[in-house]
Amino acid sequence: MNTGVEARITEVMCASYGRLLAILSARASDIAGAEDALADALARALDHWPRTGIPDQPEAWLLTTARRRLIDMRRKAARVDPCDALPEEPATAADPHEAIPDERLKLMFVCAHPAIDPALHTPLMLQTVLGLEADRIGAAFLISPNAMAQRLVRVKRKIKAARIPFRLPDEATEPNRLTAVLEAIYGAFSLDWLSVGGPDDLRQEAAYLATLAAHLSAPDPEALGLQALICFVIAREPARLRDGMLVPVPEQDTALWDTSLIDQAAHLLTRAAQAKRMGRFQLEAAIQSVHAARAVSGQTDWRALSQLYAGLRQLYPTVGAAVSHAAAVGEDAGPVQGLALLDQIAPEAVAGFQPAWAVRAHLLARSGDVSQAATAYDRAIVLATDVPSRRWLEERRMAILAARVI
Amino acid sequence: MRYTLLLYTDPADIADMTPEDWEREKEIYGAYIAALQEAGVFIDTDWLHPADTATTVTLKHGGTRIQDGPFAETKETLGGFFTIDVADLDAALDWAAKCPAARTGKVEVRASAMGSA
Repeated sequence: MNTGVEARITEVMCASYGRLLAILSARASDIAGAEDALADALARALDHWPRTGIPDQPEAWLLTTARRRLIDMRRKAARVDPCDALPEEPATAADPHEAIPDERLKLMFVCAHPAIDPALHTPLMLQTVLGLEADRIGAAFLISPNAMAQRLVRVKRKIKAARIPFRLPDEATEPNRLTAVLEAIYGAFSLDWLSVGGPDDLRQEAAYLATLAAHLSAPDPEALGLQALICFVIAREPARLRDGMLVPVPEQDTALWDTSLIDQAAHLLTRAAQAKRMGRFQLEAAIQSVHAARAVSGQTDWRALSQLYAGLRQLYPTVGAAVSHAAAVGEDAGPVQGLALLDQIAPEAVAGFQPAWAVRAHLLARSGDVSQAATAYDRAIVLATDVPSRRWLEERRMAILAARVI
Repeated sequence: MRYTLLLYTDPADIADMTPEDWEREKEIYGAYIAALQEAGVFIDTDWLHPADTATTVTLKHGGTRIQDGPFAETKETLGGFFTIDVADLDAALDWAAKCPAARTGKVEVRASAMGSA
């Protein structure tokens, strides 16, 4: 095997997988069939190209070959069942001079369709749009590869059987459809967020999907907001850990931040704002832009953060937003005000929520109640699920107790 | 008088059926349909994809809610059915949301398995 050709095939497949799959699946909502046809075309390419040379339009070659394979598969199926009513795939070769259309947004809408279990939106999108293996998706979702593969097989069967259409929903009448797509992308981004660079880290994949959604959606302001949000957070990645310990954003060394990525994120957010349609992801990105501004101003604008979190709580109420709001108010107005906000959140909602205990501990310590603060840190430490966060919480706890001794 | 026959099957009973079994089953049903037609009582029939490909629609709690999976609660019971011919699931869900029954109960949507591969 000519390794140069093999490398080129891998390159073409990586770049084109989702594009080709979106086109091949659309006609009969048959993702599994399209995957088989594409795998077959790839095998043929690996067989032919080293001998014949790589065609001028490798994507068009793969598309044509996969389409022929789909037709073969359907003819075979039709022989078994004469009432097979699936529409025909066009047999003509893709015109090499005509650009292959990008239908990936339609594929993303199928993956995040309301008729599909929301828990599978993200895994399905990772597998179909990016071609990720079920093993890797399973690892990221802490599910065995087999179980994940089975769920994905079942959901693809449903898409075909129920004929979920590959179409762009009407924004006026179906405004929640794009939100579902963006939430699925955000789901990939927020998985196991401290496993930086580890095998389970899907942040770059999420960043790619967000870029794609923004690019293909006109662009929608919320899609731009999500892309900006992801850029802001990835830009801070080099500063997130010090000696294996978490470093909170307001304490990170801004010299380690990726300033060009922050500029890009700020630009995306400005573009989003032009549509004058505020949304959850734009607000979350705006919050990150306030943190990013510390690189220039040297300080965190807690007043701005308090206001933005108050807005987020109204627009998209979550326990996380309520706790972050309390933290920002605690810094801006004072710990007593922050604690008062924390106390307004339903106790059962925060009992098992680690950030709520960490914020409470921090605000108690600042208000001078060291023993209560230590107790709250104990609770947060027990609830911490990742090592860097736990080490940071332990360090904070030791620090406040040591300060009392002095 | 028009009667509707609703056919219930345990999926476990048909899980191990071979293509030959299916052929035989089709013949049996074909004969039954022919008998109904001959008697002049036949109106319409269909067979459906499995329940795990179902989608359920309701407007009961305000706003259209679409959910993966078959209708599963026990309080409501089957009260009728419609068979419609539309292009895809989105069109079927639109009609399901317009169905009067969706306002007070739930409407389960399943595609016909007749004539699909």
